Amino acid sequence: MRREIPLIITAIVGFTYIIQFFVPHWPFNILEGLLTSWMLIIFAFAIWLGALNLLKVSLDKISKRSRDWPYAIITIAGFLMIAIPGFLFSGGRRFQDPGTAFDYIYQNVYSPLSSTMFAMLAFYVASASYRAFRARTKEATLLLLAAFFVMLGRVPIGDVLSSFLPEGFRMSQMADWIMNYPQTAGQRAIMIGIALGIVSTSLRLILGIERSHLGGE
Amino acid sequence: MFDKLLKIDRRIIFIFVALALIVPMFLTITQHISVSPEVQIIYDTLKGLQPGSKVLMAFDYDPPSAPELQPMAVAILKYCFKNNLKVYIIGLWPQGPMQANMAIDNVISDPTFKDNPPIYDKDYVNLGFMSGNELVIQGMGSSFLHTFPRDYLGKPTHQLEMMKGVNNFSNIDFIVNLSAGYPGTVEWVLFAVDRFHAKLAAGNTAVQAPQVYPYVHAGQLSGLAGGLKGAAELEKLVGFYGKGTKFMLSQSFAHMIVIVFIIVGNAAYFITRKK
Repeated sequence: MRREIPLIITAIVGFTYIIQFFVPHWPFNILEGLLTSWMLIIFAFAIWLGALNLLKVSLDKISKRSRDWPYAIITIAGFLMIAIPGFLFSGGRRFQDPGTAFDYIYQNVYSPLSSTMFAMLAFYVASASYRAFRARTKEATLLLLAAFFVMLGRVPIGDVLSSFLPEGFRMSQMADWIMNYPQTAGQRAIMIGIALGIVSTSLRLILGIERSHLGGE
Repeated sequence: MFDKLLKIDRRIIFIFVALALIVPMFLTITQHISVSPEVQIIYDTLKGLQPGSKVLMAFDYDPPSAPELQPMAVAILKYCFKNNLKVYIIGLWPQGPMQANMAIDNVISDPTFKDNPPIYDKDYVNLGFMSGNELVIQGMGSSFLHTFPRDYLGKPTHQLEMMKGVNNFSNIDFIVNLSAGYPGTVEWVLFAVDRFHAKLAAGNTAVQAPQVYPYVHAGQLSGLAGGLKGAAELEKLVGFYGKGTKFMLSQSFAHMIVIVFIIVGNAAYFITRKK
């Protein structure tokens, strides 16, 4: 029964969602609303589970002195630094209201720090491009040329540099063409492939053919 | 010499990139920003809305993506408030509604709105974050009030003036999704557009934008602004110049530096290979 019950729940929920997509009328619309509410509640609990799991994993790491354990201290410190002011020091207001301690930390610590982490990518991308972007093969050369046109076409200086070219062949227009035709064609192929994969995997799950998520075989 | 070029210390590259990003911030060069058809569609759709029309803005991003998406948010909000469009804010990312508040603060600090600042529950409402990813969109297709029982400030949504007569997507004239990943534009297209026939435009990070181009061509997206360039184009169209336009010069220089390094790297590679 430990395997059958989850399989039955998966099948009922899966078929309900498929049917209500095509038949959005009673009783499927009611069922859809009910199942969606349940799932929203599960999502909300999952956030708690995630937060508590983060704490547990980090504390385990510290107690066992695992590799890079000092970083776990920083993780927990960061977690508590934003959670405690949010829960305890909002002065009777909601934690995210303007002027609360949480809002202050969000605007002056979290926001600039996370933006900085992301911005550092620019440096690594430049360095990686220098080392890896080589016209070694025909395909690599094509990729290189596409990158050249798109990178220049996506900034105003590209049009300045290509202003001598006739209308329709300037950098921004070339970049638009690459994005709209070869790129879109490639994306479509990938999207259709992914969609077919999702459909087949979902059907296998709903029909109980795929059972690896239940553990065991 | 070329061997040395191939093994150049990455810190030298970092210094060049840093200079390319920082120096232009102190320059006052005016750049001509060409508007792409995808961004023009967003503006044309906004322009076609009557005063009082309802615009739903989904803030599905966090601070790392804010440099690209926040200028778009500010530009669109300014246009909406200036043209008396009612704005409904939600977030599928926990940080989204806070980013929205920061954008609203930016609008309020603009001298244009000094005498007529946007007022909560008259010009805009912030329904806050709701966990559940695409299921939230699906829930909104049935009932906004059921999906968002309380707004960002904790007030029951059924008590909000602006929520009167707003039941689901059929009561919303236009949706703008600002997205940096999952859940984001793809989910809004799959559920709000395909399922509930909503009219949707998107602002995406430059990395994510190529993924949603097919939706523009299929007519599922009414416009797409990609990256900082998209933000600058929006700012140009709505007539409120901000950080999107300001930082384009840095982006121009940074792209040039990367291209120069790629050319130098390839030249050195081919010369050393011949040897």
